[in-house]
Amino acid sequence: MADKTKFAEQAMPFMDALYTAALRLAHNSADAEDLVQETYLKAYRAYGGFEEGTNLRAWLYRILTNTFINSYRSKKRRPDETDIDEVEDLYLYRRLGGLEAAAAGRSAEDDLLDWFTDSEVKEAVEALPEQFRIAVLLSDVEGFSYKEIAEILDIPIGTVMSRLHRGRKALQRQLYEFAKSRHLTSVDGPSDD
Amino acid sequence: MTDPCEQALQALYHYLDGELTDQRRVLIAAHLDGCTTCLGAYDFEVELRQVIVSRVQDRVPDSLRLRIAQLMESEED
Repeated sequence: MADKTKFAEQAMPFMDALYTAALRLAHNSADAEDLVQETYLKAYRAYGGFEEGTNLRAWLYRILTNTFINSYRSKKRRPDETDIDEVEDLYLYRRLGGLEAAAAGRSAEDDLLDWFTDSEVKEAVEALPEQFRIAVLLSDVEGFSYKEIAEILDIPIGTVMSRLHRGRKALQRQLYEFAKSRHLTSVDGPSDD
Repeated sequence: MTDPCEQALQALYHYLDGELTDQRRVLIAAHLDGCTTCLGAYDFEVELRQVIVSRVQDRVPDSLRLRIAQLMESEED
């Protein structure tokens, strides 16, 4: 049995991260705020039955994603993109990696950071089909293991890996569209370096 | 599939995700030490993920933080 008075102390530090995830899922701040508030209230009410020693952060994400899927997901669901499988591995690297080599004297990290703005990265994540978006947020942004994500979402580990694989491809393709639209590259395909 | 570069590419995301066994991780790391082509791709993916993590963050509004604290307090009786 967990002590409810400890909940605030232990769960509050995760609020920025949960709000970030909620914004990427719900697309607007009003729904994101409601989603985070509902998550914390549900967690607080259920905290008495929470077993100490288990992963509180994973448990909060489980409540957040379940609440989102049950109550907040967009009414007009877009079908999962079927053409993602045509995106080859290292999609972005094959298109933008050459720019690093070309930019002699500047560090690659600086260049890569400069390629995308905050709003572009957020928009690229938010454009992902919902199932892929959730998996990418939990893994790439939050750093949960495949096993933890499988438990959070109640899906097999193989499904986690497949959603991550396809989600990352779709994310790279979207980021490349931003890079192209800002004329960061004049090459319209893999460069022959 | 015996080409070591092909193997390294296949293992890239498992490597970045920390999901390889120690044995596999050591093998991949040894390959990267000697293969600038694969190392370039790995470095790119590592940096891209850092860019995504750092650019995607938001901070929760103070008003929401306060509201949640008050709601939890009002639940206590």
